[in-house]
Amino acid sequence: MSHVESALRPTLIEGDRTYHDITEDVCRPIESKPNKWWWIAFIVSAAAFLWWIIVVGYTVGTGLGVWGLNKTVGWAWDITNFVWWVGIGHAGTLISAILLLFRQKWRLSINRSAEAMTIFAVICAASFIVSHMGRPWVAYWPLPLANQFGSLWVNFNSPLVWDVFAISTYFSVSLVFWYTGLIPDFAVVRDRAKTKARKFWYTILSFGWVGTAKNWQRFEEVSLVLAGISTPLVLSVHSVVSMDFATSVIPGWHTTIFPPYFVAGAIFSGFAMVQTLLIITRKVLNLENYITMYHIDMMNRIILLTGSIVGVAYLTEFFIAWYSGVEYEQYAFINRATGPYWWAYWSMMTCNVISPQLFWSAKLRTNLFATFFLSIIVNIGMWFERFVIIVTSLHRDYVPSSWTMYSPTWVEMGIFIGSLGLFFTCFLLFARFFPVIAMSELKTIIKSSSSQAKKGGHHGSH
Amino acid sequence: MAATKKTVYGIYNDEEILLKAIGNLKGKGIKCVDAISPFPIHGLDQALGLERTRISIACFLYGATGTCLALLMMWYMNIWDWPMDIGGKPSFALFKNMPAFIPVTFEFTVLCAAHGMVITFYLRSKLLPGVEPHVIHHRQADDHFVLTIEGKEENAAAMKSALKETGAVEIKE
Repeated sequence: MSHVESALRPTLIEGDRTYHDITEDVCRPIESKPNKWWWIAFIVSAAAFLWWIIVVGYTVGTGLGVWGLNKTVGWAWDITNFVWWVGIGHAGTLISAILLLFRQKWRLSINRSAEAMTIFAVICAASFIVSHMGRPWVAYWPLPLANQFGSLWVNFNSPLVWDVFAISTYFSVSLVFWYTGLIPDFAVVRDRAKTKARKFWYTILSFGWVGTAKNWQRFEEVSLVLAGISTPLVLSVHSVVSMDFATSVIPGWHTTIFPPYFVAGAIFSGFAMVQTLLIITRKVLNLENYITMYHIDMMNRIILLTGSIVGVAYLTEFFIAWYSGVEYEQYAFINRATGPYWWAYWSMMTCNVISPQLFWSAKLRTNLFATFFLSIIVNIGMWFERFVIIVTSLHRDYVPSSWTMYSPTWVEMGIFIGSLGLFFTCFLLFARFFPVIAMSELKTIIKSSSSQAKKGGHHGSH
Repeated sequence: MAATKKTVYGIYNDEEILLKAIGNLKGKGIKCVDAISPFPIHGLDQALGLERTRISIACFLYGATGTCLALLMMWYMNIWDWPMDIGGKPSFALFKNMPAFIPVTFEFTVLCAAHGMVITFYLRSKLLPGVEPHVIHHRQADDHFVLTIEGKEENAAAMKSALKETGAVEIKE
């Protein structure tokens, strides 16, 4: 039976909600008209997305020459943005997979929106891979297809090919994991639909789901096994992304610390983005009873932990550069901190190493303004981390005559802003049409972790 | 002449009452066929006597297939058909290249395991776009629980009263 949980354990659902209240609260945004703020946000995001189409179209039509890249710096904002977006996606999988394996019930209020964020972030990341190819019509070349260029297959020793497999697996597995969880919730919307159109669409979306005992048994097994295989998957994805750099011979890239350091950084930035999104979502959609200060506090603790791991990794890199005795390696790191891009390096250090340490204070961890502000700071810092790794390592080549500087053109900046538009457009549509909280799963903890259960007496006899 | 079967649905508004009801009805020799709930209930599959799902075994088999396919593909393309020597790293034998082949092997294993399992789940549970749901109570996905019992036609009245005794808030046929 539903177990009795200690009153000392935190309340995960506030406001004495019942099963039906959860249904009402989660379905309300879908069944009512969006307010003025949603429309303003949507119009701004959609405009940025249209801008993305224009600048990507311009890049493809004219060629990569419209970017600020040169012979020495061949990767810059494109790959910075790719790694930044993929990293952001990692928090969603961590919440839905790793926290499920650890039986962390607080994930139930936030897993749906965090997974949605994962899907949209990976779409943005993939868009940078395709646009940085310059010729998107040959984007199928990294796939292992029989071709007529000779019997030349793709090179499976190359991390860039590993990345194709890692990102496509990650995207498609995250998508089915997310969608499978959505099916029972779509059925809730379907069964209470009052308009014909809503009934029609949610009948299609819910795949004819009825919560029979066998269906739920399979559903739970599928969720558990998907969590089990998504856990090594998410850790592998950013490891493989880091190997795009680490297996090369560029000083500043060629380090064995990269995989764990990239994974920690990814979770760090991902949770910051979850905070940014959820602090607004809980307010706008009136979900404060479900996404409580406790949830925000727990996510801030993860930001503190992963931020500290990232800080240690930065210092370790510096120490190892000195300890290696390799002149090029030492120069690469001294140049990062004191060279022409010092401002990028110190922005990264301030945002990623110093700012998360503020979360040792419980007062700041449970302060919405501080959390929102720091979540933006962390995302800026993590963007600079990728910029520093990529551009400062490349811009000082082995031969000093090849030394250059890099600065982005308006096209690159436009594509970045446009990708934010793509991301927020998708998220806003999600918040409007999809159940933003996994209600079917959340209902399982109402008898153990809600404020009503904590008061006792409600089910004292069990 | 064989008696025709009669199906009766009892609607409950709490999963704990539902579970107790299943125990009670089984004690009276009434066959509980299925239950519909808005969320997974622990202990329900044992109470109804459902067998364990074998979907995780299927998942393992899909994964193992993926592992083999990935290794076969890389062996054929990079070792057998067209070995390349890139950056002084030749492709002579599968086991010598294994370290470099592990990431793709792993990713492809996960890809096959996850999609194979989910497709199996959808097909076995008949979940596909366009399938008409069998809705017995309009709040069965919200906060109500449907218990399906089966018996002989002539026992219908007894079945209904048995459901009522166990705390069903509504009875449907």
